[in-house]
Amino acid sequence: MSELASTSGGVGPRSVWQSDFVHRFRTSPVAVLSALVCVLFFAGALLAPWIAPTNPYDLKTLNLLDSRLPPAWMPEGDVRYLLGTDNQGAGVLSSILFGARVSLLVGFASVILSMIIGVALGLVSGYFGGRTDAVIMRMADVQLTFPAILVALLLGGIADAALPEHTRASFSILILILAIGVSNWVQFARTVRGSTLVQKNREYVLAARMMGLSDLRIMYRHILPNVMGPVLVIATIGLAFAVITEATLSFLGVGVPITEPSLGMLIRFGYDYLFSGEWWTVVFPSGALVVLALAVNLLGDWLRDMLDPGLR
Amino acid sequence: MLAHIVRRLLQGLVVMLAVGLVSFSLISFVGDPVASLLGLDTPQEAREELKEELGLNDPFVVRYGAFLLRAAQGDLGLSYTSSRPVVEVIAERLPATIELTVVSAVLAIVLAIPMGVYTALHRETWGARLLLTASLVGVSLPTFVIGIMLILVFSVSLGWLPSFGRGELVRIGWWTTGLASISGWKSILMPAASLALVQMTFTMRLVRAEMLEGLRTDYIRFARARGLTNRAVHFRHALKNTLVPVVTVIGLQVGTLLAFAIVTETVFQWPGMGLLFIQSVSTVDVPVMTAFLMVVGLIFVVVNLAVDLLYLAIDPRLHVTQ
Repeated sequence: MSELASTSGGVGPRSVWQSDFVHRFRTSPVAVLSALVCVLFFAGALLAPWIAPTNPYDLKTLNLLDSRLPPAWMPEGDVRYLLGTDNQGAGVLSSILFGARVSLLVGFASVILSMIIGVALGLVSGYFGGRTDAVIMRMADVQLTFPAILVALLLGGIADAALPEHTRASFSILILILAIGVSNWVQFARTVRGSTLVQKNREYVLAARMMGLSDLRIMYRHILPNVMGPVLVIATIGLAFAVITEATLSFLGVGVPITEPSLGMLIRFGYDYLFSGEWWTVVFPSGALVVLALAVNLLGDWLRDMLDPGLR
Repeated sequence: MLAHIVRRLLQGLVVMLAVGLVSFSLISFVGDPVASLLGLDTPQEAREELKEELGLNDPFVVRYGAFLLRAAQGDLGLSYTSSRPVVEVIAERLPATIELTVVSAVLAIVLAIPMGVYTALHRETWGARLLLTASLVGVSLPTFVIGIMLILVFSVSLGWLPSFGRGELVRIGWWTTGLASISGWKSILMPAASLALVQMTFTMRLVRAEMLEGLRTDYIRFARARGLTNRAVHFRHALKNTLVPVVTVIGLQVGTLLAFAIVTETVFQWPGMGLLFIQSVSTVDVPVMTAFLMVVGLIFVVVNLAVDLLYLAIDPRLHVTQ
């Protein structure tokens, strides 16, 4: 959390804002719990190669004799595999840890991409106004009527079809990030444009103009820090959305390559074994995905109430 | 008024042209038609000849024009996998998707509007808070996870409902319907429910927000001053005015509905256009992909136009500003 607080610096007198922020955070059980879950997920994903009981990518360590074991607390369970194993003998818990790594990587990268596109277009739109503003906002309107998931699906599908088979695997994570990132910039642009419209008539901007600073410098160095608060909220909720979108696309088969399964891909694998009674291969990855998305959403909701109760 | 309609039509046309351009680029840049038509040992001259004959050497704009002309006449080429006209393949799948989306939309509206009204009228009650929290959980639940859990509970564990397909179908002209048989209704229940959930969370929050806004207006205060009952105020005045934007926004969500229909159809192996699209992506069946794009674009433009006109017709305030 301290990380989040420091990146949005520049909003008012910092130390007061920060201590107030910390206090309100500590007194909200929902915020503390969801932050804890998020931290657990991030840590688990980051440290997966070191803390996962087994390595699901290392085929040498997989033993087919260990395949299709139920969770450890069931009669035929094995203590080595807490949440059971899949048909290859890989531990479900380890797969989830490694899968969350891919999910969060795609999630973060695509949110950052949306943020860069959205914030830049929003700043330009709000600062220059006029025809530039009209064009960008029409683009946003059009983009908004096409749901992000459809755009991402089409981009992913088209790229899949356009690229030759052998290059597909190496590019597919990149394409996925691009597709989700590009399809999700509108919220950022609209919010930043709104705040920029307010900020650009403030005295400090006029002063900067009179000093003869370039438009680019005024936007980047002076206005940007003052419009970052709401951006943080949208980015948080956007992360949940990006993780869900990635999982959906991977489930549909236009997402990550099979060699690096994300949570969505794991659910897809589990789905194929739905009728053979191995419920743990689909229920646990699904649960992990939902808990992650819910925690990030709750955190975003709380952050929104905190930073600006009037935002929505 | 007329100008507005004409402008809307033109906008729709531009969208269709753009969708057509994307589709056409896809067809022209993915794969090589000459290579797929001729054998490996064909001399280079013969290749060039065929290229000329097929019009592949014409400028891009000319080829794009020819493509649009054919598309407008309903000729979107042959499917690579089944060698049948793409239009035929899509038309076959259309009823399944339309039935699924319409049933789920009706389900969502019938459930979400009362829930939205309830949460707006009884804001501080436990029930309302529960519904609002549930809607946040609903937002975090991916559609395909809902679908899989439904299958796990109702098909695998309880064995009550079929997990795939449309059940017994009845053919009416070129249209096939599953809604005329019990097994058809049993089959549509889970897919429609999981697709409805996507719209429900959203619609409920919208109805609630609009209701809260509506209840604060002057005409509601006047209605109360006139001594009308709560019931009349809430339903005849507040809800009625709420419904105009709600219906509009639901209509404009058709894109979201179609997108999530792809997901739902994949989970439940529902033989609609969405499943066809996903299959065409995995087999790189470009003509089918482009046809799906064009059909979705067309549905999208038509529904948007219809909603827009409906809005103009319903809301008298818009006539004044035009």
